[in-house]
Amino acid sequence: MSQQGYVATPSYSQSQPGMGLSPPHYGHYGDPSHAPSPPGMMKPAGPLGATAPGGGYPPGPPPPGPQPFGQNGAHASGHPPQRFPGPPPVNNVASSYAPCQPTTQSYPSPAPTSSVTQLGNQLSAMQINSYGMGMTAPSQGPPGPLSTAAFRGPPRPPQPSILQPGSQALPPPPTTLNGPGPSPMAPPTHRQDGLPGPAPLNAQYQPPPQPGQTLGPGYPPQQTATYGPQMAGAQLSYPGGFPGGPAQMAGPPPQLQKKLDPDSIPSPIQVIENDRATKGGQIYSTNTRGQIPPLVTTDCVIQDQGNASPRYIRCTTYCFPCTSDMAKQAQIPLAAVIKPFATIPSNETQLYLVNHGESGPVRCNRCKAYMCPFMQFVEGGRRFQCGFCSCVNDVPPFYFQHLDHVGRRLDHYEKPELSLGSYEYVATLDYCRKNKPPSPPAFIFMIDVSYSNIKNGLVKLICEELKTVLEKLPKEEQEETSAIRVGFITYNKVLHFFNVKSNLAQPQMMVVTDVGEVFVPLLDGFLVNYQESQSVIHNLLDQIPEMFADSNENETVFAPVIQAGMEALKAAECAGKLFIFHSSLPTAEAPGKLKNRDDKKLVNTDKEKILFQPQTNVYESLAKDCVAHSCSVTLFLFPSQYVDVASLGLIPLLTGGTLYKYNNFQMHLDSQQFLKDLRNDIEKKIGFDAIMRVRTSTGFRATDFFGGIFMNNTTDVEMAAIDCDKAVTVEFKHDDKLSEDAGALIQCAVLYTTIGGQRRLRIHNLGLNCSSQLADLYKSCETDVLINFFAKSAFKAVLNQPLKVIREILVNQTAHMLACYRKNCASPSAASQLILPDSMKVLPVYMNCLLKNCVLLSRPEISSDERAYQRQLVMTMGVADSQLFFYPQLLPIHTLDVKNTMLPPAVRCSESRLSEEGIFLLVNGLNMFLWLGVSSPPELIQGIFNVPSFAHINKDMTLLPEVGSPYSQQLRMIMNVIQQNKPYSMKLTVVKQREQPEMVFRQFLVEDKGLYGGSSYVDFLCCVHKEICQLLN
Amino acid sequence: MTTYLEFIQQNEERDGVRFSWNVWPSSRLEATRMVVPVAALFTPLKERPDLPPIQYEPVLCSRTTCRAVLNPLCQVDYRAKLWACNFCYQRNQRGPQMPLIFLYVVDTCMEDEDLQALKESMQMSLSLLPPTALVGLITFGRMVQVHELGCEGISKSYVFRGTKDLSAKQLQEMLGLSKVPVTQATRGPQVQQPPPSNRFLQPVQKIDMNLTDLLGELQRDPWPVPQGKRPLRSSGVALSIAVGLLECTFPNTGARIMMFIGGPATQGPGMVVGDELKIPIRSWHDIEKDNTKYVKKGTKHFEALANRAATTGHVIDIYACALDQTGLLEMKCCPNLTGYVFTFLLVHAPWAPWDENSGPCACLASTFPKYTIFSEIGTGGTCQWKICGLSPTTTLAIYFEVVNQHNAPIPQGGRGAIQFVTQYQHSSGQRRIRVTTIARNWADAQTQIQNIAASFDQEAAAILMARLAIYRAETEEGPDVLRWLDRQLIRLCQKFGEYHKDDPSSFRFSETFSLYPQFMFHLRRSSFLQVFNNSPDESSYYRHHFMRQDLTQSLIMIQPILYAYSFSGPPEPVLLDSSSILADRILLMDTFFQILIYHGETIAQWRKSGYQDMPEYENFRHLLQAPVDDAQEILHSRFPMPRYIDTEHGGSQARFLLSKVNPSQTHNNMYAWGQESGAPILTDDVSLQVFMDHLKKLAVSSAA
Repeated sequence: MSQQGYVATPSYSQSQPGMGLSPPHYGHYGDPSHAPSPPGMMKPAGPLGATAPGGGYPPGPPPPGPQPFGQNGAHASGHPPQRFPGPPPVNNVASSYAPCQPTTQSYPSPAPTSSVTQLGNQLSAMQINSYGMGMTAPSQGPPGPLSTAAFRGPPRPPQPSILQPGSQALPPPPTTLNGPGPSPMAPPTHRQDGLPGPAPLNAQYQPPPQPGQTLGPGYPPQQTATYGPQMAGAQLSYPGGFPGGPAQMAGPPPQLQKKLDPDSIPSPIQVIENDRATKGGQIYSTNTRGQIPPLVTTDCVIQDQGNASPRYIRCTTYCFPCTSDMAKQAQIPLAAVIKPFATIPSNETQLYLVNHGESGPVRCNRCKAYMCPFMQFVEGGRRFQCGFCSCVNDVPPFYFQHLDHVGRRLDHYEKPELSLGSYEYVATLDYCRKNKPPSPPAFIFMIDVSYSNIKNGLVKLICEELKTVLEKLPKEEQEETSAIRVGFITYNKVLHFFNVKSNLAQPQMMVVTDVGEVFVPLLDGFLVNYQESQSVIHNLLDQIPEMFADSNENETVFAPVIQAGMEALKAAECAGKLFIFHSSLPTAEAPGKLKNRDDKKLVNTDKEKILFQPQTNVYESLAKDCVAHSCSVTLFLFPSQYVDVASLGLIPLLTGGTLYKYNNFQMHLDSQQFLKDLRNDIEKKIGFDAIMRVRTSTGFRATDFFGGIFMNNTTDVEMAAIDCDKAVTVEFKHDDKLSEDAGALIQCAVLYTTIGGQRRLRIHNLGLNCSSQLADLYKSCETDVLINFFAKSAFKAVLNQPLKVIREILVNQTAHMLACYRKNCASPSAASQLILPDSMKVLPVYMNCLLKNCVLLSRPEISSDERAYQRQLVMTMGVADSQLFFYPQLLPIHTLDVKNTMLPPAVRCSESRLSEEGIFLLVNGLNMFLWLGVSSPPELIQGIFNVPSFAHINKDMTLLPEVGSPYSQQLRMIMNVIQQNKPYSMKLTVVKQREQPEMVFRQFLVEDKGLYGGSSYVDFLCCVHKEICQLLN
Repeated sequence: MTTYLEFIQQNEERDGVRFSWNVWPSSRLEATRMVVPVAALFTPLKERPDLPPIQYEPVLCSRTTCRAVLNPLCQVDYRAKLWACNFCYQRNQRGPQMPLIFLYVVDTCMEDEDLQALKESMQMSLSLLPPTALVGLITFGRMVQVHELGCEGISKSYVFRGTKDLSAKQLQEMLGLSKVPVTQATRGPQVQQPPPSNRFLQPVQKIDMNLTDLLGELQRDPWPVPQGKRPLRSSGVALSIAVGLLECTFPNTGARIMMFIGGPATQGPGMVVGDELKIPIRSWHDIEKDNTKYVKKGTKHFEALANRAATTGHVIDIYACALDQTGLLEMKCCPNLTGYVFTFLLVHAPWAPWDENSGPCACLASTFPKYTIFSEIGTGGTCQWKICGLSPTTTLAIYFEVVNQHNAPIPQGGRGAIQFVTQYQHSSGQRRIRVTTIARNWADAQTQIQNIAASFDQEAAAILMARLAIYRAETEEGPDVLRWLDRQLIRLCQKFGEYHKDDPSSFRFSETFSLYPQFMFHLRRSSFLQVFNNSPDESSYYRHHFMRQDLTQSLIMIQPILYAYSFSGPPEPVLLDSSSILADRILLMDTFFQILIYHGETIAQWRKSGYQDMPEYENFRHLLQAPVDDAQEILHSRFPMPRYIDTEHGGSQARFLLSKVNPSQTHNNMYAWGQESGAPILTDDVSLQVFMDHLKKLAVSSAA
């Protein structure tokens, strides 16, 4: 019955035309030239377009959904979407529908004939498909998602058929209709209300007067109570949603009728586990052009055999379409996520360093590409043809070498630049500023000593920690001590510089009060070698907390602080990094002064973008100066209220620094997290004064760049610094045809200064395939990278476009990509079947996660600072980080086998996977939650917390106690493993079931309906399906 | 009746006053006909050991309706420093003594050696300051640092950009100072006040050690100076900050800014020259041609500072480590208007003002007047002047005008009286008043011209005319001043000489005038008026001192003293003439700014041969030593310390001697003289003889 609410045929059919017109818009968010078109397109659709994705989607899916269950059958027949009654030949169904419906349990018959599973409207079809990968769950779990079986996760040995490349057809529509467990879409009450199918629709359409706003949220809004008033109808239909009441949190209300098991829709966990099963622990050689690497979640050993390791570069697709028409047709973004300084595990070969002495690297004369495996030697080795621009160059005499019988140089395997995908060159003076060898970089520590920081002990904490952490400044491997020099500044509304020259008996403080035009008061003695000046520095660090102990100054400046640091580096003629520890809105009279402008009224309006824009242009121009003088800024924020992250954060973002934020910092709870971040940030691998250039073979070129970068022109990516966690996402466009033979070649060259002050070039080469077959393109996609790209392009767009438009574009493009596949690659079937390419099986769920992220979600409950913060984090994320960020890892801890050191298999992020008897660890790269069910086994509780019962657990901890038990040891070990190589240290929050903090935790159960809005996975899948159907029609 | 000479001497010793005329013409017209104006050289704080000190200003009761004076009948609580008025029973606090404030402003752009010497001198000087005196330290180079004193564990300073001038208000905010309301000026000293000090100005007894350490760690300006550049030196801003700091903390309290500079300001307001070494500092030539980029702007900056300091009663003293190339020209108004010390120090020499024997106490001790009658020549319009600092030798020139018209002269037999009231803050912190009253006879110039002529004090007159000439040279006329000076001299000769018209040989001058032309001759040749052998900075320096030294010293400046040492007799003063330069003589010349010892040709040869080291020629050793001992004596007693030069016949430094002596023998006339005595001077300057001949000719000429 519930479906009826959604099955508003009229709306559905109406919306179709509008949707059908909408052209592909992907990746254009930031591009002004394109920008107008999407809105333009959308506007005509007006209510339709808007409603369609939002309100309209539920109807879409219902048609297919209901039918299987038979409940909707009647309705469906009458509605256009429901017309596709034809049972599609479904091959693989990702999950079992069985649990939902007793009837569906008949799916045992696998029809693996085609790799593509089609999602039929009909139950029968779904049943057929149900044996897909990880089907074990279905078979076990008719009882329902709550069963413990569900926690066991998908079966390890997936069926080969599932693994085969190809697409899977999913039956999401039915799920939506049926109201999957976790987000009870169609609770009985709703049905009881007897809302006729069309009714809700009407409700949605009736408000059209304000369609713009109400529709704003795009597809997801209706479900949440938070959306516009017009949504009332929809809300009614979802009383079972997450209103937040404790009772509801307890889990899916048993009274709900489960008509479709969420297991029946593609599971990210399953995809991850399958990839692990096949590729995990193995050696992956990069010897083949266009091969698709293992997923970021799969551990394997990568061997560089001519293409850059996927740790450095990952692409949205490893097979580019030959023509731009084809690219337009598919609307799959062509992009690469490049992490040039990615950390390489110790069991893989580190980069070789090539030194050609004074002659420097060999390059193509025309396009300036660096010597690499893509260069073809000809004429007996006297010349080489550039693989990028085809120019034939003379081989410099010093570089000459004879060729063997296959035309390969005899020294092919001796020279990294001839045989490897990644390597480094020693740069000559031509590559240095002013043709002078660079000085070693400097770190400047700048501590806000205003009242609050002194009072909460932060200043003392920082000073104490610096004494330790300065011992661990990064250094070149062969060096004994770090070449990095350090300097110290404290500030409130004036700046204090410190002279810590080694020959001083005591440090000298120099106060600069002229913050309007800040300058560096000293040169000698400001930046010093830590080892030499250790005693003076320790003296200083001991004194700082006391020096300001009586200070009542609570106003701070900010821009002048950065200016000062930058000027200091400029005066010392070196690159460097500023570590700023700041806590408040800089309200003191100075450049960059900010006022509190956190205006919740802007949320959900066209002006919402202002919240993401800096308040003044001071920060942007300052960042520009910083980049010009290779000054990277890392900012540790300790806000207790609004600090305008959108403004303050701009500097770390543009200068390749990192932003850390600790809300309401409390010494006893948060110091560990902060200290770990500080240590990690100081010690991590980093390159300074970097310029990145991405060269491509003819036919396409890099057109757009996202990340912690600054660009003065269209090709050179400037970064004051780039560390091992920062990735740059590059979008490519055709400017000609690509040939299948030549493929598409990418060379990323990063010129930078090492921590020891050496100038180097780091080169990453990657060869991709090209094809004129769309099927090849779809086969070679990597969803994790797509999401990274979509996230960055959307987050960049929030500065310029209304969120509503962005959300629509994302949904549209998702639908478009899938529709194109459906139309051109999938075997013929009923139009209403949802067929997903194998490589994009989890695109809808991930896309939904992206759409639910607080940045794109217009909710006044979420602080603007938090949204700006997350926006900024994502902009520099690599693929692995963004994958985890958008789809957190949820690990059942109660199933731990204390004898096995393996991580327990994760479960899907949905409340239905939790159980009262369980303990779960949820991790997203920023936060870590330990969720404890009310009936958690006492032995586990004893083992982990050393307390007798659930009730005794004290939640106020960010560090688990060291209990001698194996549970404790293993859990803490797991947490350490998870934390490893993550850019941010995660703060542990202990969440007890049915207690208030659970609200926060629930936001991370991303397959469910969001607390503050955002649709559930199933709902979204329905929506997408509906969009696809419209497109196909 | 004693002679006028004795009279003059007595008066000077008692009053510290010397008049150009000791009998005054009774009308304005007559006064102007005297050529040399009626004027006085007044040394307000002339040392008078016999003078009983005035303990303090009357202390008034603080109740505005009472204002009774503290008297022996009042109850005084010495411990609580309270006294009760016996008229109204108001309890009054004894106001704190006004502190003395010494603010050191130190240039750090100098050679390590110089800086070291300076640091030592300053450290030593701390021990010479009264323990309650407040001291402050500002250092500057490319930046300006105001040092906070008395910090424990860390030294702290406030740093300012050397290129940005700040108003006192801005400075006050930036230094976090709240203004101390000083109400002394109106209320008297009993107004209650917390001990006035702040982070930057602290009692020397309290932060003695701290400041010594601070000075010890003082580094040369650390900013690199590229090849071909001058160091960036922010003297303008440094001084501005010093003035601003005192202005907002201790207005109207005696304070001295002691600025030590090692070179010209090269950036910011007050800059004198750019930092490009290839562009030299301005010369008189450039100034003449108005070809200077910074002079006007720089001068304006320092003038403004000088005026601010003068308004708040603060002294700016400048100590330069070189005479030349330091921008004194632009800065001269600061010491001119406010200070009394304007000195230069020799490179590598110990910094003079702190030489133990020269008695910085004497210098420092006597200053800080608040309201003093003072005449800056030409800047009239008032009979009250403020001098920010006075030393016992500071001598002012005051020019009077007789206001009675010719037809209503002052009656015969009257006496004119003048009273100088000098109110000042003594270095002990006490406020004192010194009253000097003098009287002179009036005389009718027509009938009693001989009386008046006899009362002429030619030494005082020479100095007074010289000051007038320098004033004119600096303000308006420049080189034309020589012509003016000549004209005055001729007129004086015409008025008081005895001669027959058109007969130069008949010209006679009475004894009271006889030396005057000679003073003028040397004045004309001196570096006070001849600028082109000196840099503008040197000229400014010389003139500054001439304008405030007492008569004796001033005379030395105009006409240096020459002593001769030989085997033929005891040391004797000899003529400042080339004829005095003999091969077997040692000469000692004192020009006030220089002490020069010149060894004649023979003496020099003997010395080179080392006779003085042979026991049998001990008398020669004594001869050599005698002028050196005398020179040392002068060096130790004089402030600013003169430059000491030891040279000999043919030595390059002998030029200092040759430029001063009267060129009676030159390459033009030496053969005519035909004597081997004396040394010919290679100059085209006229000799005194020629000068006198011309003077007589012009004086007696009926055409003149």
